[in-house]
Amino acid sequence: MKEAYLAKDTLLPLVGLLMARYRVAAPVAVGDYHQFQILTQPEQLDLTYRNTRLSPKDLFHPQSEKLFRFSTAADDPDANILKEVERDQGPRLVFGIRPCDARALRLVDVNFDTADCQDPWWVERRRNTLLVGLGCTAPCATCFCSAVGSGPFDPGGLDLVLTELADGYAVAAASERGEALLADLDLLSALDQDRAAAAAEVQKTAAGTVARPFDPTPLGDKAMTELFQSPFWEEVAFSCINCGTCTFLCPTCWCFDIQDEVQKDAGVRLRNWDSCMFPLFTLHGSGHNPRQQKPQRVRQRFMHKFKYYIDKYGDGPACVGCGRCVQFCPVNIDIRQVVALMTARCVCPA
Amino acid sequence: MKNPYLPYPVRIDSIVTETEDRNLKTFKLVFLNPEDENKFAYQAGQFAELSVPGLGEIPIGIATSPTEKGFIMFTVNKVGKVSSHLHNMRPGDVMGVRGPLGNWYPWDKLKGKNVVIVGGGFAFTTLRSSIVYMLHPDNRADFGGITVVYGARNPGMLLYKDELVAWEKRDDILLHITVDGTNDPNWPYNVGFVPAITKTKAPSSDNAYAIVCGPPIMIKFTLPVLTDLGFAPDRIITSLEMRMKCGIGMCGRCNIGTEYVCKDGPVFTFEQLSRLPNEY
Repeated sequence: MKEAYLAKDTLLPLVGLLMARYRVAAPVAVGDYHQFQILTQPEQLDLTYRNTRLSPKDLFHPQSEKLFRFSTAADDPDANILKEVERDQGPRLVFGIRPCDARALRLVDVNFDTADCQDPWWVERRRNTLLVGLGCTAPCATCFCSAVGSGPFDPGGLDLVLTELADGYAVAAASERGEALLADLDLLSALDQDRAAAAAEVQKTAAGTVARPFDPTPLGDKAMTELFQSPFWEEVAFSCINCGTCTFLCPTCWCFDIQDEVQKDAGVRLRNWDSCMFPLFTLHGSGHNPRQQKPQRVRQRFMHKFKYYIDKYGDGPACVGCGRCVQFCPVNIDIRQVVALMTARCVCPA
Repeated sequence: MKNPYLPYPVRIDSIVTETEDRNLKTFKLVFLNPEDENKFAYQAGQFAELSVPGLGEIPIGIATSPTEKGFIMFTVNKVGKVSSHLHNMRPGDVMGVRGPLGNWYPWDKLKGKNVVIVGGGFAFTTLRSSIVYMLHPDNRADFGGITVVYGARNPGMLLYKDELVAWEKRDDILLHITVDGTNDPNWPYNVGFVPAITKTKAPSSDNAYAIVCGPPIMIKFTLPVLTDLGFAPDRIITSLEMRMKCGIGMCGRCNIGTEYVCKDGPVFTFEQLSRLPNEY
C-alpha cells in the first residue's frame, strides 16, 4: 500500500495509536506560536499551523546536550576519565513536520554522517525516527522552497506525506520505511479516485503560490574566490547586528560549541548550538581572528549555504526556503535578496 | 559505533619546560589503556585534541614521530584557559587525548624527494615529528637530502635544543639554526630572520618539496624566497591553525571556504590555498 486515506475524526485515534508505539513529537500551540514537543496527550497536537517558529532540528541536534560526564574528585579512581551520558534511543516519530524541515535534515546528514566519521547522537536519532510530513496547502509569503529545489509537498526527506483535504488527509508513502508504516496502520482506509484527484489539485495549487525570488543554478559555476571578494558584502552586512537569530531559527544551521561544566567534583561535557555570527566562534587563542569583522561573518553565513556547501557536496544549496530568517530578522536582512545579489553578479554561461 | 568525541585517557609522564620564557612546555603522555596506543596510529603532521576534563579541549600538533613508541608528546604554548591549566598540571595527572586528527604531510609524494623544512618559533612541533620520522633508519633511504632552516627569536626560545645539537652533528641532515638576535658573543650558529637565512643557504628546488611552518609574518617573507629558488606552489606545503572544537569537520568554525582545516587540513599546499578565500 503506497497511498491511503485518513478521515479527520480518526486523526487523534491514529496519533494515540502511534503514541503507543513511538515517542511522538508534533506541533503544539504555545502562546501565539507553535513548536515541536513530545506529545503526552493526542489532543495536544495542533495541525492548524503554518510553520513552527523554531525548526524541529533540536529533536536531532538539541540546543544543549550533555555528551559526557566525569568526576574530578581526587579519590575517585576514574577521576578525569570521560564516560558517555546514557541516552534514550527508543523509536520516535515526528508527526506533522513540514517537508522543508524534513529536507533540511537530509541536507545536514552529510555533515554528521560521513564515510570516515559519524556523529553517534545525530546518526542514532535519524535512524530511530520516522518522519510523517504535513504538506503546505497555504505556503507563507516568505516561503521560497521552490527556488531551492524543493516544493510545498516535497516527499524528499519524509517517510509519509499528508495532504489535507476537506474531510481528511490523503496519506502517501515516501520511503520504504513509510510504506511499512502505512501497511501497519489499520485506522486508514483506501484512497478513492476522487480524493486522489483532489489531493493532486491541492498540491498543484500550493506549488503555484510559492514564489521563486531567485535561481541559484549559476552559483555552482562562479569562482569561490570571486564571489568571496564581491563588493556587496559590506552592503549586505551594514544593518546586521550579529544577533544570531537567523542561525538559531535555521533548520540547516548545525554549528556547535563544546564546553565543560563542573559543579563541586561532578562535571559534564556539553554541546551547545553556536553561531558564525559571533566573533568568539573563530577567535584564536593568540587573539588573531580570521572573521573579526561583521561583514566577514555575514558573508560566511551566506557563502556557506549558497556556495561552499554546493561546491563541497555537489548538492544543495544548504537552504530549504522555510523563510524563518526572513520573518524574524530584526533588521530585515532578506536572504532572498542576498542570493539574488550573489547570482545577479555571476558571470553566467551564455 | 565509535564515538569520535570520546578522548583516550592518558597519564602525564613528564613535563619539560622548553623555552626561557617558560611559556612552552612539552608534555609526554602515556595511554592508560595500552591498546589505545594502537588505535591512535598517526602520521607526522597530524594533530590531536588535548582534553582536560572541566576545562575543555585544545587542538595541538603531535610532536612525536610514529616511529617513537610507548608515548606521545605535545609542546603547548600557554595562551588560554586550557593551556594555562595544563601548564600547572603535574606528572601523574590524568587527562585525555582525542585523535589523531586531520591530514598529514604527503609522505607518499615526498618519497624519493629532497625535503626542505623551514620552521620558525613554536610551529616546529610537527616538523620535529617529521624530522625524527625521516631520520629513522627504516625511512631514511626513502628520502634524498634533508635541509632544515629553523629559527627562533633568541637562543633561549629554540625548542628541542638537545636534539638540535645532535642533528647538527649528523651528516645525513643539513641543519641551519638561526636566531633573530642574541647577546651571546660565542653563539656558533646563524643570526638573522628565517627568510634571509633561507635565501643565503639557498636550498635547491631540484626534485624537492618544501614544508614551511611558522608565524604568518615568517611565511609571508619566506614564500617569495622559495619561489625565487624555483619551488612551485604545489611543492610548498604548510600547516594551518584555527580555532577548533570537534576536530572532525562537524562543528563548523574552522572552515576556509569549502575546506575544514581540522579535517581537510591542517596540511595544505600553497597551490590549494590559492584557490580558497584568503580568510585565515
